Amino acid sequence: MKLTGAQILCEALLKEGVEVIFGFPGGVVLPLYDTLPQYSQLRHILVRHEQGAAHAADGYSRATGKVGVCLATSGPGATNLVTGIANAYLDSSPMVAITGQVARPFIGKDGFQEVDITGITVPITKHNYLVLDVNDLARVVKESFYLARTGRPGPVLIDIPKDVFIEQTDFRYPEKVDLPGYKPTIEGHPTQIKKAAKAISESKRPVILAGRGIILSDACEELKELAETSQMPVVTTLLGIGCFPESHVLSFGMIGMHGMAYANFAVSNADLIIAIGMRFDDRATGKVSAFAPKARIIHIDIDPAEIGKNVRVDMPIVGDAKHVLRELNKLVGRRLHVEWVKQLDTWREEHPSVTIRESENLLPQFVVRKIYEVTGGEAIVVTGVGQNQMWSAQHFWYDKPGKLISSGGLGTMGFELPAAMGAKVGCPDETVWCIAGDGGIQMTIQELATIVQENIAVKIAIINNGYLGMVRQWQDLFYQKRYVATPLSGPDFVKIAEAYGLPGLRVKTRREVVPALKKAMAYKGAFLIDFQVEPEENVYPMVPPGAGLAEVIEDPQKKPARSSAPDLTASSI
Amino acid sequence: MDFQKHTLVVLVADKPGILNRVASLFRRRGFNIDSIAVGHAEQPNLSRMTIVVGGAEGTVEQVRKQLAKLVDVVRISDITNEPVVTRELALIKVKATAASRNEIIQIVDIFRANIVDVAADSLTVEVTGDGEKLDSLINLLRGFGIKELSRTGCIALTRGTTSSATAEE
Ligand SMILES: Cc1ncc(C[n+]2csc(CCOP(=O)(O)OP(=O)(O)O)c2C)c(N)n1
Ligand SMILES: [Mg+2]
Repeated sequence: MKLTGAQILCEALLKEGVEVIFGFPGGVVLPLYDTLPQYSQLRHILVRHEQGAAHAADGYSRATGKVGVCLATSGPGATNLVTGIANAYLDSSPMVAITGQVARPFIGKDGFQEVDITGITVPITKHNYLVLDVNDLARVVKESFYLARTGRPGPVLIDIPKDVFIEQTDFRYPEKVDLPGYKPTIEGHPTQIKKAAKAISESKRPVILAGRGIILSDACEELKELAETSQMPVVTTLLGIGCFPESHVLSFGMIGMHGMAYANFAVSNADLIIAIGMRFDDRATGKVSAFAPKARIIHIDIDPAEIGKNVRVDMPIVGDAKHVLRELNKLVGRRLHVEWVKQLDTWREEHPSVTIRESENLLPQFVVRKIYEVTGGEAIVVTGVGQNQMWSAQHFWYDKPGKLISSGGLGTMGFELPAAMGAKVGCPDETVWCIAGDGGIQMTIQELATIVQENIAVKIAIINNGYLGMVRQWQDLFYQKRYVATPLSGPDFVKIAEAYGLPGLRVKTRREVVPALKKAMAYKGAFLIDFQVEPEENVYPMVPPGAGLAEVIEDPQKKPARSSAPDLTASSI
Repeated sequence: MDFQKHTLVVLVADKPGILNRVASLFRRRGFNIDSIAVGHAEQPNLSRMTIVVGGAEGTVEQVRKQLAKLVDVVRISDITNEPVVTRELALIKVKATAASRNEIIQIVDIFRANIVDVAADSLTVEVTGDGEKLDSLINLLRGFGIKELSRTGCIALTRGTTSSATAEE
């Protein structure tokens, strides 16, 4: 029996285990939309902006570990996906983005709503396809999912002309992919692994630096074994949070610009760094020349191009974290680093990094802390970008992977609400808290309508400081408090919620916080709380841009120790 | 730091857009292409690119690794320090008067180049060889006035039985 291209696409999605598509229709994808009702197993969620579809697919993927799928029409639909695709690319999120394209005879003629979306997305996808023959479609879908989820995961885009959706052919789903140019290295080189084991056994002050690669490769157990066997402290990147239980005695939190002072001290004083599934982003390393100056560095990553890209590496191991750690664990012996761990504990006592200052006012950190307490830590937290993001990383403790969902590499404001929506769709039985900035949420606020229409019970906490807070913080610290273009006179978020059809509360004082949170949790559906917090609270600790990790500013009362202007060219918000 | 020209031989799947993918990668990461030459390889559906890049050792290593990540790139070898045959072809249209014509022909002979077109006021010279040979001929001909010049960019294969980026391991 012959199937249309649209049917073949749906069949293939089912074969890949797809359950939900976040999408938005338009002219060239009409044949596909017209076909969707034949496939009731595929839930389609109508977003309000295609950027929301891409972020939702990404949030879904980060919460479930599955490949997220988004769908858009040609032209503006496709370009609206671009930010979300770039976001997934920089954070290695497995995603398949499907776009409609003008019919083949119109390609290249600037037809109505034609854009070269494969050209546009070359630098922000792992790979992309323009399907010019319906006979290629099944293979392309197979390859796309394979590419998206294997190796270093990432987004893959499939562009399908309207007439290809309509054309018919036999449907045969390939069993295997044949991609001669794509062979990710899974097993680490045994000699290198041996060298690493030896370095670990010789090390006096080792630190494991764990990133999102651990989560993507499902290597949390192996990581734990490595850390416990050799009693090595573990610090993480922002995206690595949760790959190692933060309540573990060997956990010393997040490093980087707003990392824990003691985590940054640990890295700065280590004699061995075992970096796993992370890519030495400048937000994590601080000034590269001052990064881990006393340490030899083992770098385990599946992407050979990451090795030696930003930081010199002494022992590279290319391979999948799970496989490499399994082998490494066979060679690593029991050891104690009593003195070293004690030193880190002392640093932690002396520089607690997450003490909330005394204040009568409602502090943003307090709100996050109370969300942690009220949920008992049992929640998926999806953050915006900026101060709210850093406080969510600092004042909530994550014991499991996939519980902190945040836009790391691209730092995309507007990620929070749609990503939270995607996470909740993927994990309907879990509590999902969207901790948003008053700026960021306004970038994709229309997804409140999706949330209501589809009954997606996301709890939303807006950290409303009336500012583009993180940018204001930089103006405060480095531009003599000239708050240019950062004050926001926000809308009435409670009325906004009401208008979209979900309940909302405004909270202005400390004592209202817990009752409001409990009310939100008890409510069966989506709920929004507008927390009107101290407007000019800054995020600390902070390593100023251009400084080394050891140069942490901790005391909010003190101005940065550096008097000279920081190297602002080296970094951006 | 070591700054050297590297010759990369890249075997790619003959898919539409592959040139764009490669070019996009070079542009985005700020790598400089000296020359790039593309054509069909020994197997159907595969093309061989010869790319000459300039850069410090680390940069070229990044180029290689980033190229390898492209799904349509099948194999890459850096043949800079291997015994290789490299060839480039150039067509040079040089001004020729009755007085200069003979001298040009002599130079062309010395370089074992060919005259492939003759007009009243110009000669078109075809020359193949490695980049240096082409450079020297072009320099000599500049004195007569070059009206048009077109170079193919370098192509290269390793000598003998060693192979550069073939589909088999
Ligand atoms: C799309 C986008 N535009 C601009 C920025 C730059 N930026 C980084 S943080 C920030 C402020 C965010 O303000 P808000 O959402 O209110 O969060 P806050 O820092 O106040 O918690 C801005 C503008 C960004 N990250 N993303
Ligand atoms: Mg704000």
